Amino acid sequence: MPHDDDHDHPHGSPLDDLTARVMALETILTEKGLVDPAALDALVELYEHRIGPRNGAAVVARAWSDPDFADWLRRDATAAIASLGFGGRAGEHMRAVFNTPAAHNLVVCTLCSCYPWSVLGLPPVWYKSAPYRSRAVIDPRGVLAEFGVTLDPGVAIRVWDSTAELRYLVVPMRPDGGEDLAEAALADLVTRDSMIGAGLARTP
Amino acid sequence: MNGPQDLGGQAGFGPIAPDPDTPVFHAEWERRAFALQLAASAMGHWSIDASRHARESLHPADYYASSYYAIWTKGLERLLVRHGFVSEAELEAGRALTPGAQPKRVLRAGDVPATIARGGDFARDPGGRAAVFAPGDRVRTRVMHPLGHTRLPRYARGKLGTIEATQGFHVFPDTNAHDGGEAPQWLYTVVFEATEIWGTDRDPNGTLSVDAWESYLEPA
Repeated sequence: MPHDDDHDHPHGSPLDDLTARVMALETILTEKGLVDPAALDALVELYEHRIGPRNGAAVVARAWSDPDFADWLRRDATAAIASLGFGGRAGEHMRAVFNTPAAHNLVVCTLCSCYPWSVLGLPPVWYKSAPYRSRAVIDPRGVLAEFGVTLDPGVAIRVWDSTAELRYLVVPMRPDGGEDLAEAALADLVTRDSMIGAGLARTP
Repeated sequence: MNGPQDLGGQAGFGPIAPDPDTPVFHAEWERRAFALQLAASAMGHWSIDASRHARESLHPADYYASSYYAIWTKGLERLLVRHGFVSEAELEAGRALTPGAQPKRVLRAGDVPATIARGGDFARDPGGRAAVFAPGDRVRTRVMHPLGHTRLPRYARGKLGTIEATQGFHVFPDTNAHDGGEAPQWLYTVVFEATEIWGTDRDPNGTLSVDAWESYLEPA
């Protein structure tokens, strides 16, 4: 990559600085034989194209369709989710929390960015950001309003701060009107944000 | 530690920017920074707790001014230097200059899917050590301000809550981030009334939970 120094801005843009900094680190680690660049490519491929919120949507759609599965998911989320083929890193100790007409769940990690990678992939920028991490715990209703979600004042909000290696998947309420939909079509109603608690499932 | 990472309840960071269709990465350097973190950790020389502590140990002004993967990169550089894999001079030069520490293992491309599918396991055998608390017990979180790593947020210290579930016998981050080893303990989900944490002008209908290791708790 050509190095395009701009001498009017000796420190460059933040992006340019970081590009150079990360390239330098990769160069050093590769030259020293500490990382395999092909392994880096494989990691990116995995998380950019294979592990993402469609995994979680399949779990939720199954729970909506199959009461026995929903019960299993409630009792042993790690095993129930593994039965659909999802598990491993940042999903080793899963917990599923179910929204009801009386209670809404919202997940945050105030201390870093803990997130159930195995079912949702890597977290969105907002989840990792200071505004969300600071306010989800103290003002969940206000945070939800910023996502366009207004709950009845009688709905209790439960916030889960992910402070350990447990990873939380919110099972949103099944929307009305999809009674005839197959599981795959139900999964299309399940958004990433609804599985964090920052949204609701789409209506068919 | 009472570091910049402990954000719960702080004010002034502005509105959230919801983004339903966010891309996984926003620049090529983010892809490489993410993968470098995982590949370097896979050498097996530090724990996820040590990685988190390296990030929260950045100067607060640096932490708040840095984007997410920039924080990861700066934390990783510190760990690599501390463990003797890379020198400050090499980071400055942008290339390898001298031989460094030898890794226990190097993650190869062919091993990536299995390594990720395996993940880590943070639960340990309690070996007959009984859990002190049971669901329904009232507990108070300890008042403590450790200088090292901890996973009890400041807002949740000295608060009255209820054990909701016993979650297993888990590696203790407060020791594992440093030289104290895994020292596993019973882990509990502790639920608080929102008003216990934030005062009575807050949502009276809200609750909030943290996952807390046994030594964070005392009977109430």
